Amino acid sequence: MPSASNPAHMENNPAKAVAFPATTDTPAGAVAAPIIDIQDLDFYYGRNRALDGITLQIQEKKVTALIGPSGCGKSTLLRCLNRMNDLIDDTRIGRGTIRIHKVDIYQPDVDVIELRKRVGMVFQKSNPFPKSIYENVTYGLRIAGMNNRGQLDEVVERSLRGAALWDEVKDRLHESGVGLSGGQQQRLCIARAIAVEPEIILMDEPCSALDPIATAKVEELIHELKRTYTIVIVTHNMQQAARVSDRTAFFYLGKLVEYDQTRTIFMKPANPQTEAYVAGRFG
Amino acid sequence: MPDAAPSHVFHRRSTVIRRQEAFLAWVLRSATYLVLLSGALLLGNIIWRGSQTVFVPRPPFVNVAFLTQAPESLYMFEYQGKKMELGDQAFRQFKAENHLGDIKAESYVYSAGGIFPCIVGTVLLVVGSMVIALLLGVSAAVYLSEYAKQGRFITMIRLAILNLAGVPSIVFGLFGFGLFVIFLGWNVSLLAGWFTLAFMVLPVIITASEESLKAVPRGFREGSLALGATKWQTIYKNVLPYALPGILTSSILGIARVAGETAPIMFTAAYVVRDKLPWEGLTRWTDFFFQGVMALPYHIYVVSSKIPQNEYTERVQYGSAFVFMLIVALIATTSILLRNKLRKRYKW
Repeated sequence: MPSASNPAHMENNPAKAVAFPATTDTPAGAVAAPIIDIQDLDFYYGRNRALDGITLQIQEKKVTALIGPSGCGKSTLLRCLNRMNDLIDDTRIGRGTIRIHKVDIYQPDVDVIELRKRVGMVFQKSNPFPKSIYENVTYGLRIAGMNNRGQLDEVVERSLRGAALWDEVKDRLHESGVGLSGGQQQRLCIARAIAVEPEIILMDEPCSALDPIATAKVEELIHELKRTYTIVIVTHNMQQAARVSDRTAFFYLGKLVEYDQTRTIFMKPANPQTEAYVAGRFG
Repeated sequence: MPDAAPSHVFHRRSTVIRRQEAFLAWVLRSATYLVLLSGALLLGNIIWRGSQTVFVPRPPFVNVAFLTQAPESLYMFEYQGKKMELGDQAFRQFKAENHLGDIKAESYVYSAGGIFPCIVGTVLLVVGSMVIALLLGVSAAVYLSEYAKQGRFITMIRLAILNLAGVPSIVFGLFGFGLFVIFLGWNVSLLAGWFTLAFMVLPVIITASEESLKAVPRGFREGSLALGATKWQTIYKNVLPYALPGILTSSILGIARVAGETAPIMFTAAYVVRDKLPWEGLTRWTDFFFQGVMALPYHIYVVSSKIPQNEYTERVQYGSAFVFMLIVALIATTSILLRNKLRKRYKW
């Protein structure tokens, strides 16, 4: 008789249990100062406009999901937030601004290194370095010049616990990170990102290469992480957006079509295009 | 008309196409075996005849003098009815001890003693030029693949580098002679030889290094940069180490080429004969770089084509060629072992 409402069972299956997270979001209008403030942003690959007049505010310590069909510009926008697009030749911001903590991050006096330390990133394809698990987690701190073994040990444990990986790898910290399973690799990448204590974590389809069980673990982790971090997640999986995010932005052809509380986007979207997409009628 | 009706539908028949097929397979197979045969004959000949010079039937089983002494002239003469065969120094000592004065003796150039200075010279040339070539080549490859903005100009540079690989080695020799020996005034020296040989293998090393760098997944670079690493930190810590096995593979080919080339060093670094070893008689440490050396390929060239041929010079020729092959194999094996070790360490 208690099987239907077994709490342990629910905890282990966030995929089923948490359909729509209860949001404590302030109602639209009475907005707290956003941590990321994108105003009227145009972005170009060569002559090709990938983002067209995006205006979007992202709230602190919330999970914001970016959804939309392939090529809609959601990943491009994500990579603008830590200036990873700088690495691609022939890309530029046409007009508009991105402010993080009210600082325009595309101003020439912005130190990209410092920006990327504060805005961490987890990639679609898990990319643990072919080094030991320990070296993977400490990579960001080592290059920043930290060499104190005791401190590093501490960070490794804290980050791996934070990424819900500690118990699985604590006995083989000095084995290669490449030897882990796909889901573990992705959580290692999350541990590596939180080791440098960013404020914002960008996730670019972090579960697209994972099986459902590994996906559930990462989603569970995202719920934990949002206590400490602001998370922006790009996903192709609409159930995932519904499960993990507080707010959802729907993109189509480089434009922001609709941005609202996740519940609203999925239950009562204002725009017919959004409705068609979340209902699976195109995309 | 084919003989007796086939017993089943899949019965094999001899047709023109089938015969052509068999013939072609046979041609291809014999071409392969011919190559194999000539290679085996060449190697076998050198190993068989060379080992007779290098190895001896009595303990210590290795011809120590051949490996540790400088080349000398061989003197043959009769003394008290016995045929004597002595190297230059031993002959002079013998003459002095026995008060022989002018004795009639036949002499054969370079046919006694050993090839130690040539071994030393070749090893020095290979190591030095590979160090220079790797430093320059890897730097250039890192610039081309990681820093340079890809475009027509960089493509042209790449093309020019590729073309350099096709330049005959004698041209590199003349280039080194003109630039390093004459214009920069380094004379015939180790340094001039190092740079000439390095320039000769640079195209191979740059091209292969660039390929190895490109083979390192983009994710490693992005992952590192996203953690706040600078470009150079990323390259140094998270790209170059993984490209190193590939770079070493190309340098193994480079080693074989550098060690074997005669033309580039005959104007720039090699002496026909030199009494002193490279570390002897230096007044300043810098003199080390500005001295010519003897080298195995050049020595083989000299003993095979510059002096009258006879059974005695032949011993030196085959002995030198054999030792030469051993040294190249040794250096290459070392690099392969190093590469395999690195490969195991950085597997992804």
